[in-house]
Amino acid sequence: MVAGWFTGEGEGFRLLGTRCSACASVFFPREDALCRNPGCPGGDLCEVPLSRRGRVWSYTDGRYRPPSPYVSDPELPWEPYALIAVELAEERLVVLGQAVPGVTVAELAVGMEVEVVAGVLNEDAETTWTTWHWRPTGVRA
Amino acid sequence: MTGEVAVLGAGMHPWGKWGRSFVEYGTAAARAALADAGVDWRDVGSIVGADTVRGGYPGYVAGATFAKALGWQGARVTSVYAACASGAQAIGTARAQILAGLADVVLVVGADSAPKGFFRPAGGDRADDPDWLRFRVLGATNPTYFGLYARRRMAVHGDTPEDFARVKVKNSALGALNPYARYRKRVTAEEVAASAVVADPLRLLDICATSDGGAALVLSSMEFARRHGVAEPVRIRAVSTVTPRYPNPVLDLPDIATDSALAVSPPEETFRASIARAAYEEAGVGPEDLSFAEVYDLSTALELQWYEDLGLCGEGEAAKLLWDGGTALGGRIPVNVSGGLASFGEAVPAQAIAQVCELVWQLRGEATDRQVEGARVGVSANQGLFGHGSAVIAVR
Ligand SMILES: [Zn+2]
Repeated sequence: MVAGWFTGEGEGFRLLGTRCSACASVFFPREDALCRNPGCPGGDLCEVPLSRRGRVWSYTDGRYRPPSPYVSDPELPWEPYALIAVELAEERLVVLGQAVPGVTVAELAVGMEVEVVAGVLNEDAETTWTTWHWRPTGVRA
Repeated sequence: MTGEVAVLGAGMHPWGKWGRSFVEYGTAAARAALADAGVDWRDVGSIVGADTVRGGYPGYVAGATFAKALGWQGARVTSVYAACASGAQAIGTARAQILAGLADVVLVVGADSAPKGFFRPAGGDRADDPDWLRFRVLGATNPTYFGLYARRRMAVHGDTPEDFARVKVKNSALGALNPYARYRKRVTAEEVAASAVVADPLRLLDICATSDGGAALVLSSMEFARRHGVAEPVRIRAVSTVTPRYPNPVLDLPDIATDSALAVSPPEETFRASIARAAYEEAGVGPEDLSFAEVYDLSTALELQWYEDLGLCGEGEAAKLLWDGGTALGGRIPVNVSGGLASFGEAVPAQAIAQVCELVWQLRGEATDRQVEGARVGVSANQGLFGHGSAVIAVR
């Protein structure tokens, strides 16, 4: 549903952003039309993979089922998931994402190292929608 | 001061879940504000409506919707949408019209009928809309962000859930004194702690509800006020509607990521702090001049953040200011004496106007049991989705 936000599989999974050729600003989600730096004359925006690892800026969870357009099966009991905002040092930006299933807020701390992995957002009979998840490094779920 | 406009009237519809149309709430608030001002609707030269996007098509053109409900009389009309800052932008628009000589008297109205539960984006598949994306891709509701900010404060400043609950205890005690508030019951710290977790570490009673409600103001030129026989009206001295500066390093609603600080260093002050500073500069006052403040307490933790962003205390000192009673009624700088969103709930286009109604009643000395003694200068502060700043400074 969001083309070009990530690529690769397994250890090669990466979030994809874009980098401005004029000012070197990085954007995620990707900016393909215009650089948003007000002091930039405007350059080409080229696809760039983001750092695989970062540190927890903050985290929370969702104890109640979010409304649509989030897709979840109303027939099944709601299973809360954690959400982690992760600071990527090299790109100097913070990216929000769901934690890998099974990781709860009790296992998280601000400053903890996490890495990006491929995950399943939702699936139906025909399609599996992939997304990115943050996983504390050292956890092998 | 030449940039001032007079507030002749303030009015509200009581907040709650009434299940009626936003038009009804806005019109009731408008009539109350006109009566308070002693101005006939037919003598109003301009009407500015703060839009709701949940009222269907009429919501997008709220100015005309309210004008029709009050009775077409040929006034200039404006409709504005700026999410939570819609009300401030409506006030800013009215002020600009008055100062430009386009209208002598302007009616400002905002009202909403909010849905139950979480706010959600408008329908349809809209992958180019960050608000749609954060729900679709992450299931990130508004409380998700409030939870992130609260947890960040705990990590950086050592705030605790008890600190957050204390804000609710304070605001609910004040809301109990306000006849327009939806929740009129005092809440204890134990009740906050016993309520369900919504977005860790925040609980149900840490987070504001969605509400129905309406608020309105009648603004005029200082000259009209004098001719109208109001020698010393409450005056609006500043309306701050600034945007953030690139790069914004704080993960703000509704974004999935922040700007990168790789090419440009982040500004020294946060977006929220810049909203306040712009208002202070325009009004020629500082935080030390304030008698009281109304801030957007979407969550209890966010109210503490505003203390620091408004300069009421130093960074990291908000919880101490709270526990010392500094922001309670009778304290050094009372905050949310109206009861805040904790007591009102969110009726998005009305809330920034409702904040200014409270400024007006306090500055006139008409706030009865919740009156801040000798109130002379008040500030309201809020932040609208997508980078809309919002702060108003009113003086007596
Ligand atoms: Zn650039």
